[in-house]
Amino acid sequence: MPQALLRAENLLFEYDDLLLFEDLNFSARPGEVIYVEGPNGSGKTTLLKILCGLIDPVEGQVYWQDQRINSAASHYRENLLYLGHHAGIKSSLTARENLKWLLSLRGVRGRVEIEHALALSGLAGFEDIPCGYLSAGQKRRVSLARMFISNEKVWILDEPFTAIDKGGVATLESAINQHAEQGGVVFITTHQQMNLTVPTEHLVLG
Amino acid sequence: MIGRELLIAARYPAEILNPLVFFLMVVALFPLGISPEPEFLSLIAGPVIWIAALLALMLSLDSLFKNDFDDGSLEQLLISPSPIAMMVLVKVITHWFTTVFPIILLAPVLALMLHLPAEGYGALFLTLLLGTPTISLIGGIGAALTVGLHRGGVLLSLIVLPLFIPILVFSASAIEAANMGMLYNPQLAILAAMLLLALLAAPFATAFALKISINN
Repeated sequence: MPQALLRAENLLFEYDDLLLFEDLNFSARPGEVIYVEGPNGSGKTTLLKILCGLIDPVEGQVYWQDQRINSAASHYRENLLYLGHHAGIKSSLTARENLKWLLSLRGVRGRVEIEHALALSGLAGFEDIPCGYLSAGQKRRVSLARMFISNEKVWILDEPFTAIDKGGVATLESAINQHAEQGGVVFITTHQQMNLTVPTEHLVLG
Repeated sequence: MIGRELLIAARYPAEILNPLVFFLMVVALFPLGISPEPEFLSLIAGPVIWIAALLALMLSLDSLFKNDFDDGSLEQLLISPSPIAMMVLVKVITHWFTTVFPIILLAPVLALMLHLPAEGYGALFLTLLLGTPTISLIGGIGAALTVGLHRGGVLLSLIVLPLFIPILVFSASAIEAANMGMLYNPQLAILAAMLLLALLAAPFATAFALKISINN
């Protein structure tokens, strides 16, 4: 059994007095896709943000390769791709400029890769249009294009398929499959049925 | 990072122009509201320009992290492996350069309107140049703390305005000394010392404040 990349121990989170989840234990081994499921308001987004280290759990710890994510922060962040509901797409910048910035945050500069990723996510021909003029689905595709230039091991995807059409969903599914086959880990929340060829786990909240 | 900030600023020229026009309006109100007498205006010219610049700067600080907070850029920034304090510093410096620097360039024109004595121009320019970056840096901490609040603007002013009193006092005293033909090096040295301290400490405090804001 390969070592777990990401592991959570006894996670507990509450808002004021509202308990979202407690005693949550799970681990993600290379090649695993984990669905985070639950009704609206059950804490899916909160859990994903806790896994990113953006929110601290009230109790419990998240471990990256057996080190707490806060103590291994910079190594963990190099291996973390998080696409939330809003993934840092500026409407005044073009798709290319947005992607360039998202990559430069990680010290990556690749003109060719950016063109390639934009084409893969179905934005060929829209590279130089400010994202404010793009449709909701196209905007989403700009942030999802990050998946096609990723060297991060852990993908945390919060409702990635919102506003994406069928063809787009199929492309993303194959990207997720490929990522898992190469030994990556994917955490995903979605209300959509997915067709994945790799092993999946279900984490049910609420 | 710098390129992106400048690009965003260039695509929203109103963000640069609004504080500038606000600055112009506030200064123009004084001769209208108090007295157009040159002798009187020359006395208050320095402080009036300083206070107007301070208010214009406060007005623009509110949006320093707001857009990044709303569109998720801030989350991406916080989970990126790059040092956050460094990114914060870059953001504050580009913000200062795009919104405050034009105000400093406009200040001598308004000083002319308010009959500032010729000896005071150098002091006005230098104090603005040394004082406003400190204000941006300290204000950035407040902006980071209030970024998650819906109407954080007023709270932000209440938190940080008192901290700017020393800067205002030393700047006004430098301009007054210059008007009377005296040396104002000590005041400048103190302003420079405050700037250096803010440069060292503020980015870290701001980065920490951003983490707190995102955490809630």
